[in-house]
Amino acid sequence: MNALSKDMSGPLALFANRLNTLAGAERQSAAGALARTGLPDRKVEAWHYTTLRALGKQDYAAPPMQVEASTVRSLLDGVLQAHPAMAALPRVVFVNGRHAPAFSALPDDVDLSFFADDPQFGQQAAPDRDPLVALNTALAEDGLVLRVPAGVDAGHVMLISLGVAGVDPLSFHPRHTVVVEKEAHLRLICVQAGQGAYFHNPVTDIQVEDGATLEHLTLQTEGAQAVSLGTLYAHVGQQSVYDSFVLGLGGQLVRHEVHARLAATRGVVHVNGAQRLAGQQVGDITSVITHAASDCTSRQTVRNVLDGHARGVFQGKVLVERIAQKTDGYQMNQALLLSPEAEIDAKPELEIYADDVRCSHGATVGALDDDQLFYLRSRGIPEQEARQMLIDAFLDEAIALVEDATAQTFCRAVMAARFAGKGESA
Amino acid sequence: MPAVTQTREAVEKLGQSTYKWGFETDIEMDMAPKGLNEDIIRLISSRKEEPEWMLEWRLAAYKTWQAMEEPKWAKVAFPPIDYQDAHYYAAPRKKPGPRSLDEVDPELLRTYEKLGIPLHEQALLAGVEVPEGERMPVAVDAVFDSVSVATTFRKTLEEAGVIFCPISEAVREHPDLVRKYLGTVVPAGDNFFSALNSAVFTDGSFVYVPKGVRCPMELSTYFRINAKNTGQFERTLIVVEEGGSVSYLEGCTAPMRDENQLHAAVVELVAMDDASIKYSTVQNWYPGDENGRGGIYNFVTKRGACRGARSKISWTQVETGSAITWKYPSCILQGEGSVGEFYSVAVTNNHQQADTGTKMIHLGRNTRSTIIAKTISAGRSDSTYRGLVRVQPKASGARNFTQCDSLLIGDQCGAHTVPYIESRNMHARIEHEATTSKISEDQLFYCRQRGLSEEDAVGLIVNGFCRDVLKELPMEFAVEAQKLLQISLEGSVG
Amino acid sequence: MSQFLEISGLCAQIDADGQKKQILRGVDLSIPPGEVHVIMGPNGSGKSTLSYVLAGREEYEVTAGTATFHGQDLLAMEPEERAAAGLFLAFQSPIELPGVNNANFLRTAVNAVRRARGQDELDAVAFLKMAREAAKALSMAPDMLKRNVNVGFSGGEKKRNEVLQMTLLQPTFAILDETDSGLDVDALRIVAEGVNRLRAPTFSALVITHHQKLLDYLVPDRIHVMARGRIILSGGPELARQIDQEGYTKFLAEVA
Repeated sequence: MNALSKDMSGPLALFANRLNTLAGAERQSAAGALARTGLPDRKVEAWHYTTLRALGKQDYAAPPMQVEASTVRSLLDGVLQAHPAMAALPRVVFVNGRHAPAFSALPDDVDLSFFADDPQFGQQAAPDRDPLVALNTALAEDGLVLRVPAGVDAGHVMLISLGVAGVDPLSFHPRHTVVVEKEAHLRLICVQAGQGAYFHNPVTDIQVEDGATLEHLTLQTEGAQAVSLGTLYAHVGQQSVYDSFVLGLGGQLVRHEVHARLAATRGVVHVNGAQRLAGQQVGDITSVITHAASDCTSRQTVRNVLDGHARGVFQGKVLVERIAQKTDGYQMNQALLLSPEAEIDAKPELEIYADDVRCSHGATVGALDDDQLFYLRSRGIPEQEARQMLIDAFLDEAIALVEDATAQTFCRAVMAARFAGKGESA
Repeated sequence: MPAVTQTREAVEKLGQSTYKWGFETDIEMDMAPKGLNEDIIRLISSRKEEPEWMLEWRLAAYKTWQAMEEPKWAKVAFPPIDYQDAHYYAAPRKKPGPRSLDEVDPELLRTYEKLGIPLHEQALLAGVEVPEGERMPVAVDAVFDSVSVATTFRKTLEEAGVIFCPISEAVREHPDLVRKYLGTVVPAGDNFFSALNSAVFTDGSFVYVPKGVRCPMELSTYFRINAKNTGQFERTLIVVEEGGSVSYLEGCTAPMRDENQLHAAVVELVAMDDASIKYSTVQNWYPGDENGRGGIYNFVTKRGACRGARSKISWTQVETGSAITWKYPSCILQGEGSVGEFYSVAVTNNHQQADTGTKMIHLGRNTRSTIIAKTISAGRSDSTYRGLVRVQPKASGARNFTQCDSLLIGDQCGAHTVPYIESRNMHARIEHEATTSKISEDQLFYCRQRGLSEEDAVGLIVNGFCRDVLKELPMEFAVEAQKLLQISLEGSVG
Repeated sequence: MSQFLEISGLCAQIDADGQKKQILRGVDLSIPPGEVHVIMGPNGSGKSTLSYVLAGREEYEVTAGTATFHGQDLLAMEPEERAAAGLFLAFQSPIELPGVNNANFLRTAVNAVRRARGQDELDAVAFLKMAREAAKALSMAPDMLKRNVNVGFSGGEKKRNEVLQMTLLQPTFAILDETDSGLDVDALRIVAEGVNRLRAPTFSALVITHHQKLLDYLVPDRIHVMARGRIILSGGPELARQIDQEGYTKFLAEVA
């Protein structure tokens, strides 16, 4: 596909070397779509608030085959030691987008395979509509393919994605598929962590079949220099539940984009989340919840705490198609700004074509409540501690929405370890 | 509810027609040839006897416009507009301009009578008694296609020091004022349609309220597109100096035609220290027929600058007409403690499309804004609320409250809410709420059990839904607006 | 029999979660002019459904039977036509109408009904005078006319507002669906007096209640007991007192 190279201007040029040597119709077609659109800039409505400048100016290389085991071990320990319960859970570990069997402890009760062995791109992802999915489609090497058989309660599975890079940027584009078959149940805990200058670009294809339940936590603790732009598709069947929560704590630029589709009646979707960012971090939670069948319920609560020069973005669209009568949709976005330089940009959006619906959204932006702060201090709590209490309480109300007790405990432990005594802006 | 009764009777008299204002007035017109080029702009400028600087301003805007593209981000769809296939100047042939109502073409006066200007007395609103004689007179400026034809109550206003005249006259009579403010709130190149307007605007109103003066009466302008294949590009400029205040009303109608007609107005408001401007619109341009044929494209840029401390600009709009509405009356809250308000009802039926909302840009400390938007969709229409609340770093203590509610009537329409909320100041507080629902079966049945027809019940409930906005309108307008809501939704139930 | 209200073999069902649920299973009831009848019966027996079906609620599908009112086929009429014909339903849970001014609502309703009955419409002044007097007679605070319909009203205020509407709409047949529930003794007396003021040889009422208290004030002509979608027993006023003391169980057992 040498013809592409002349079209690869802007950030796309950073991947030109790899995009020009692709094999397979699907990858070439995705690269073609990319060449036409380029990577998105602010003129694209879905990227109005987030630029890809953080990708920098250096080419992104494919990750090397060998990675220092001790580095991986220490990153993995960092994840597992957050809470004693985590080490005991089955886990699938990916390093730089490739399965790392030496660090995994594979689960029973589920069908497990890997994208590298049999690349399947799935039906939901739309490379022609979303350039980052196109980039993934073109460059994906490996990924988890997990299937919970019908009627099985598979307990917990952790999917741990570690990025290990030095100063020269590298990128990886894992392609994960999770299918929870009819009446089955899975609690999936995804953790993203790493160090160095890497670009993590996962695409996750989730199907929750009729009567099934997937509880899904995503914890983003990417490395300080990392850029992480993930896209997740969830297809929710009849009377099934997709209950998700994303806790965003870093890297440099992190975007978590969810497309959840309530495809059959009486489905339930939760796309909840919280972000706590500081320094120059940018965190973006973007979601499109599509009600494509009647009698479905969607809930979304997203909270942002922004300190330093951090910028939080929330874009949440609830689309109710003509057929989706008796839809019940609710969305709440709240942000707390802790410093004069912090910024929040929010766009909660309702697009509604059915009349017999109850949909609402709310948004609030503000600082810590002076009255609350004063109340605490008047009871003898030092200001620093009082602030911390209020911030913790603000985020904890969101974390309380995580229904899986293990995942909830894990979130709290991670928060406690990271933010103890950091209530005050610098 | 006599308002509804009267409306229904009026509609019934028109037979099949549901658009009461769809008549065409037969009067002699002075028309420029179709098309848009520098010569047409020169022609407009010379017909208006404009000074050289005005012509140059127009030509510069035209150059800017040529380099621009139509905006595509709004949730509206329409076939490409051929900007060369319209007349950019059309005026009733009567020269020189009328000095009093006696000189106005009687045919034109009959038109305004049909439009209800001056608004007929309506003693009772919504069951509330209002003592006679409490209402203030309303000064009216009427704009017919491209020119202003009559301005009333000028003497009274002059005595108070208020200037209220067609903008074409202001360009000649008060050039310094016009030059000082024109294009300072909405620059010519602000967007595609403002650039077009700046190049070809033909008339509109100019209001100047000097320091400390509270305008003694409501000012009102009626806009009417009459001639075929004409665009209407009015330009309104309202400047209120320190401590002054004014309430300005705007109404619009057009005849029923198969083809679409373009209306691209620009309205600029400037409020200095402690000044306040209340700008109310009842927009009832022809919406097209029930199959979506014809109707006005209403692509309007309205913006107010709260330049002074504690100044206040309040927009109230009831949008029931037009095939397509693209309109975001906005406030630049620059002065410390300044206040911006936006109250909106947008009703769409049949194949209408509306993408409307506001922008509240908080620049100064302790600035406050309130947005109340009610969207009602029926038939096969689509209606979008699109609004921006932006708090800049210096706007400590800024406050915004936004409430957007949508009501769907029938299952073939769409109602959408797209707020943009941006805060760069930790000491600002923004609250936004939005809901979408339909009229509940319980409410409908309750009203019908009390003897109301289904349509009257819907009208009543919709008026209740819009109450928070309608109560912001001056009374005569509120009565008119209630009627319009009812008419606009006719045929949407049952 | 009379040509007033005749209900015969009335069956009705409702769609509940995709299932048809039969609620009325053959109601026979005849109310002559000038009489007050009472329906009592355990919860879920179909009392409120009967009132909704008579008032024309569309969710209920009439599957069999007839109902005539003044000789007209009631079931063929729109809800507003029934109201104009003189049927009034005092709702068990009056509906809130946000933003709709109570006076405006009342006047719109009164004039719609007057128009349909061939009477002149009332202008605002005449209407307000009438409404204020009626409200005063029901000991309603004057500001209730200015407030939005039922929004933020207490339970008692809502019920009084129902009786106020009834007074103004001047029905010939009123259904009071548990209008006494949630009322204290004074309010109960006021409401009952409101109903009694309407009593005339041309006015009838069907009162749905669980309590004898209201009946002490209203003095009914007939008592009907409803169970499982049917009238299972009818009798004189003494029947209500008997139920008040002994409960329904005995009567239900007798029928079963």
